[in-house]
Formats: sequence, structure tokens, C-alpha cells
Amino acid sequence: MGPQMTTQTERPRTGPGERGPAAGTGRKARARRVKSEVRLLSSLGHVALVVWAVIVIVPILWTFLASFKNTPEIFSSPWTLPAELRWENWGRAWTQARVGRFFVNSVIVVSCGVFGTMLLGSMAAYVLARYKFVGNRVIYYLFVSGLAFPVFLALVPLFFVVDNLGLLNSHTGLVLVYIAYSLPFTVFFLAAFFKTLPTSVAEAGMIDGCSHTRLFFQVMLPMAKPGLISVGIFNIIGQWSQYQLPLVLLSNAEDKWVLTQGIADISVNAGYEADWSGLFAALTMAILPMILVYAIFQRQIQSGLTAGAVK
Amino acid sequence: MRQGKYPFVIGFLFLPVTLYSIFVIAPYAQAFQLAFTNWRGIGAPEFIGFENFQRLFNDTAFWKAVQHHGIILLALPLITIVIALFFAFMLNVGGGSKGGQRVGVRGSAFYRVVFFFPQVLAVAIIAVLFQMVYRPDESGLINGVLTKIGLDPIYFMINPSLALWSIIGVLVWQGVGFYVVLFSAGMASIPTEIYEAAEIDGATRVTLFFRVTLPLLWDTLQVAWVYLGIAAFDCFAIVAVLSIDSGGPDGATTVLAMEIYRNAFTYGRAGYASAMGVALFFLTITFAALTLRVSKRESIEY
Repeated sequence: MGPQMTTQTERPRTGPGERGPAAGTGRKARARRVKSEVRLLSSLGHVALVVWAVIVIVPILWTFLASFKNTPEIFSSPWTLPAELRWENWGRAWTQARVGRFFVNSVIVVSCGVFGTMLLGSMAAYVLARYKFVGNRVIYYLFVSGLAFPVFLALVPLFFVVDNLGLLNSHTGLVLVYIAYSLPFTVFFLAAFFKTLPTSVAEAGMIDGCSHTRLFFQVMLPMAKPGLISVGIFNIIGQWSQYQLPLVLLSNAEDKWVLTQGIADISVNAGYEADWSGLFAALTMAILPMILVYAIFQRQIQSGLTAGAVK
Repeated sequence: MRQGKYPFVIGFLFLPVTLYSIFVIAPYAQAFQLAFTNWRGIGAPEFIGFENFQRLFNDTAFWKAVQHHGIILLALPLITIVIALFFAFMLNVGGGSKGGQRVGVRGSAFYRVVFFFPQVLAVAIIAVLFQMVYRPDESGLINGVLTKIGLDPIYFMINPSLALWSIIGVLVWQGVGFYVVLFSAGMASIPTEIYEAAEIDGATRVTLFFRVTLPLLWDTLQVAWVYLGIAAFDCFAIVAVLSIDSGGPDGATTVLAMEIYRNAFTYGRAGYASAMGVALFFLTITFAALTLRVSKRESIEY
């Protein structure tokens, strides 16, 4: 603790107008030091940012390029551009490796799953948030406690529950399970959202003779649109990415498999005589739509996925 | 509210609650019961007390998995949060102040968009992608370069002491962007005046980061730690797809979810797998409670 330290710590107490000449020179020296420090830090930081961007982009770009190569090219020149655009790789992956089939299955399951989740989730959340009745809190906490349990704890009994209902290896079973496991977050998030909506509009609706059901669908749901979009995106990405549930619930129905499951299976069972270019093409087909969707809805996706954490 | 409230409430709750009870609550409740039986999927479950848990205690695969969770639990949040914090600081505060507003470095918007992208991809897809990146021969992204410049290839997933770290690397690769966005939101809500006051006091950028940004971001950091910790207890998709022999080589990357899956659906030991599930549940709960307790400190009002 030298004398300079003391002047530094005392500095803030003097206002800008009262500064002596000695303070002025000290300030300059510090400004210089700060400036060089800033330059070093920001150039270092810049390098780090560029490096990380490269680390994120290169594997994806490399996969795209490899999807147009043939197997010898993939082995001999992994870093060059493909000699020609071999679209036949894509065709092979789409039909022979049945990526097309898996893709359609994913679209069917996720659209039904998210629609059901949003409908049932918003209904339950609305009633729990805005109506007083016996058992309201119990049901609310029953839903919310689902957030604390790892899905893997339930996996074994779940398999037998679905089996007993005769829904194993069916899209119906998977959709119902998706809905059930998406409810805790959906109800938790939307209940908080419905609570923030003004009561005056609902009261006006009731005076006009609006039924509870009509009030919900025609007044409250449109008002909750921002919340619905956030949690909807969260559910779309969550259900689209699901791997363990379809793996367990659709194991014996290869024609019903979803995209994650299908691609993982192609790669795990690739073996030695693998169709590498076909696998790269399949992988590209799984990534490309996500890039398109992300490019369009980038802002909504970022806020939707972080919504749970920021609250 | 007027007449017809109860029929309406019941009508709206009936389907969600039924579905939730059948597919979520019932299986969770059954898992705790099955953990005390030797059920193998057929016939009536036979109650065997704590036998499954005794066996669990002597199961090397189980302890290996627990140990791996421990490593991931420490490494994943630490690495991810440090990288994400640094980037978030660069992207929000690193550019100095312009017109009284803290701004990030040039190209901040671009970096944020690129970094976040892996979050949109399914873990299973990312695992396949990194299978290609990590391939041991010259067809792999990294080893293709290494062999070209005359270096020995790195056996990412084959070398037992490297395999788990290769997996953690992929998880960091995917996660960083999400936490950059999360921390950016937190940093944006810190008032500019605090930075200005600190700068007038002569605070350098490093001091700004450690004395202003970090303490005011504490709540967000805590959320991030809990999120990453919970992620550390899952890891099924990445291990199942990326590792050799689903958790290999020789159990070097196995996790509890993998062992539960293997026991239940390969060996048919439904009761034993449920006991593992119960163990996993208590591990997760303990972690969450500990984190909230340890990291609890007075939040700063501003």
C-alpha cells in the first residue's frame, strides 16, 4: 500500500471540478495504461471469438462438403472441395437409408405432440392460474414437481405402461408420452404468464355473457400469444431433439422411427463397409432444415429457449 | 365467476391431469416400488427388500458411472461458464462505451447467432457429427489434418483416458452459445452508470469484470450451474451414440442413464434398473439442494 494507492482510493471523493493538476497527470498515465490493456484484451478476445466461431462452423461446413464427395475422396482429401456435386449421395440417403421416411415421421410426431402440449398445457395453466377451487394448489404442484424428476427414473415403468395400453411401437403412444412429459414446464411457464394478464378484459367478457370456454379461446389465448410462442418454440425444439423416448418406445417398428433415432442408427451400425458419403448426406439433411429455421426465427428461438432460465 | 365454474374447471383439467397421471406420475411411483423387487418384466414382481441396492453397492459399472458423473459435474459447468462468461463480456461490454451505452466488440450480433446455433441441434445428431470429427483415421476432421502434416492421429474415443474428455468437449461445444445468450441478458440489465462510476474511479476492464459484472450476475450464474449440473446427470444420447460400445471402451464413458437402459432393455432386469433410477434421483436431488445451499448469498439489489 504505497502513497499512490491512497490517492487512488481517495480520488472518487473529489468531484470532477475540484481536480488539482497533480491528479490530472495521474489520470493521463492511467488512461494510457487502461488503453494498452484494453487493446491487448480486446485483440486477445477478438482472436478467441474468431477461433470459437471457426470451431462451431467448420464441422458443419465440412459435413456439407463431404456429403457431395465419394468415399475415396473423403479419405484422401477431407479438406478439399468435392470434385463434383454428387447429388446421388443425397438421393441414396433419402430413399435407401430412409432419411425421408424418418424426417416425415419426426414432422408428424412433433406437430401432433406440440399441438397437444400447447392445447392441454394452456387449458390447465389457465384454469390453475385464474380460478379458485379446492385442490388448485395440489394439482399445480403436482405438475411443477415433474420438473425435478429425471426422465430416466420413470423409463422402465413407462415402457410397461405404454405396452399395457397397447401403444408400444405406435406414433400415438409416443405423442401422448411427449405431451405428458412436456406438461410440467408448459404449465409452469404459462400459469405464470396468465397471472400477469389484466383481469378487466375477462370481466368485461363475462358481463357480455361470454361463456368460460369462449372467453378462454377467443379472449385469453390471443392475449397470451407472446408466452405461447416462447413455450411453443421450447417444446418444438425439445420434442424434435428427443432421442431416448423414441428409442425405448418405438424400438421394434423401424418404419415409424424419428429422425434422431434413424440417423443415430445409421451411424452406429455403419461398420466397415459403410456408405460414408451417404451418412454425411443424411447428417446434412438433419442439420440443414434447422439452419433454415434458425436463420428465420433466430430471435424468437433464443428468447424461447432461454425463457425458462430468465423467468 | 358465475355459474358453471366447476364443470368448466373440471372439463379443462380432465385431459391434462389424466394424461399426466398415467404417463408421468404412475411410472415415477412404480419406479420406487420396482426398485425393491427382482421383476424382470413378466409375471408378478417379488419383493426382495434392499437386495438391489446391496448389489448396486458392489456393481463396478455403477460406481464407474457415478465417478463419471462426478467428473462431468465439475468439468462441464466450470469450462462452459468460464468460456461463456468471457465471450458474453466481450460481446456486451468489451467494446467500451459509445454515447453513454456499453457496447460489445465489432460483429457481436454475428458471433451471438453463430455461437447459439448448436443449441438448436439434437444431441443425437451432434453425436453423429462428432463421430465423424473424431474418427481415428484420415477420414476424420481432426485426424485428417494431423496425418496430413505428419503427426500421429489422436484416438479420441478409443483411448480410455481421453474418451470421457472428448465427450465433455462436445457438450461444451454445444452449450457455450446458450450461456453466452443467457449471460448477455443478465449483463444487459446491469445499469451503465455502475460501469461509468467504476471507470471514473479508475477501474480497469479486468477489475470491471471481477468487481462489477461478476457479483451482479451471481443469480444467473447460479441458474447456469444448476442447468449444467442437471445436464451432467443425463448425457444418455451423447454417450449412447458417440462412445464405442455405448459407454466404452470398457466402461470408460458410461453414465447411469446408459446403465439403466442396458440393464432394463438388454439384460431385462427391470427391478435392478429401477433401483439405479432411484439412486440417480437421489444424486440429482442432492446436487440441486447442495448447489442452492452453497451458492446462496445475498443478492445485490440495484
